[in-house]
Amino acid sequence: MGIEIYIQLFLSFFKIGLFGFGGGYAIISLIQHEIEIHGWMTNSEFTDIIAISQMTPGPIGINSATYVGYTASGTILGSAVATFAIVLPSFIIMLTLSRFFFVLQGNKYMEYALSGLRPAVIGLIAAAALVLMNTENFIDYKSIIMFAVAFFASFKFKLHPILLIILAGIAGLILY
Amino acid sequence: MNTEKTPEVSSRIYWQMFITFVRIGAFTIGGGYAMIPLIQREVVQVRKWISPKEFIDMLALAQSAPGVIAINTAIFIGYKIKGIRGSIVTALGCALPSFVIILLIAMVFSNFKDNAIVERIFKGIRPVVVALIAALLIWGLNISPVWIVMAAIAGGIIYGTVQANRLKNRN
Repeated sequence: MGIEIYIQLFLSFFKIGLFGFGGGYAIISLIQHEIEIHGWMTNSEFTDIIAISQMTPGPIGINSATYVGYTASGTILGSAVATFAIVLPSFIIMLTLSRFFFVLQGNKYMEYALSGLRPAVIGLIAAAALVLMNTENFIDYKSIIMFAVAFFASFKFKLHPILLIILAGIAGLILY
Repeated sequence: MNTEKTPEVSSRIYWQMFITFVRIGAFTIGGGYAMIPLIQREVVQVRKWISPKEFIDMLALAQSAPGVIAINTAIFIGYKIKGIRGSIVTALGCALPSFVIILLIAMVFSNFKDNAIVERIFKGIRPVVVALIAALLIWGLNISPVWIVMAAIAGGIIYGTVQANRLKNRN
């Protein structure tokens, strides 16, 4: 394995970053497609990688890019190349969008467009919260109690989300 | 937090941006939406780098653009504070915890997935992440609960229809 693997990783993950609309899960299916084309690993290896990417902190797209980069090349450099390549299109596109956004901020028509978009964003987040209310996240009555307590602590007492996540981890260790 | 433009303050703001996004990256557990309450708290409430309105607009942009949503939001916020250089700092901060943790797992703890302690911790965290997102919707975004209820109804109907169609197609 020479330099080709790094070029392959770069091109594949650049493509994934460029066409991965819709965040983590859309990105996973694109990664799977690239893995099949290049034969970087078996399907069960990939399934393990996805499971680990979901369990570990950090965005799933970055986690899986780092992991696949390492497994495919066997080196840290491979991880770095894959991660850099998946982020690069975001830089180009998001910087352009942000630039337009701040230049046009305060513009009457831009305000109109955004006031239409805002409820849609809230709807998307609400839909995400609903989809997350599944049997994978809520395994028993203890989950429901934890949900209620955390909701109340966050909504009423405005406890910091990081503090709540740490407490939830400790509670998980004690309760399960 | 003053915005005096002395060199010392300027290098400190880069450090603050970096550390804030390292924290966000490190505690985003269970996918992109988990990071939304963290960004709202750290970036909108504590640091006041963007306004609540800009926060929602940013989510619209970050979800419309391709790529990792967390990275897209990091780029937007970094750009707003310190231009292109700022966006590099925030994106690096956001990706760093992932990079380090995943490499450690890939190289050292290859049996991480089957670790019983990790599994117990995550059983506790998962429902709480959902609670954080739900609480943010009602209180953090400062939006009338009427929107939430309407969105929830619409979301539920769409989700139910999609699921029903999927089941029908499978049979």
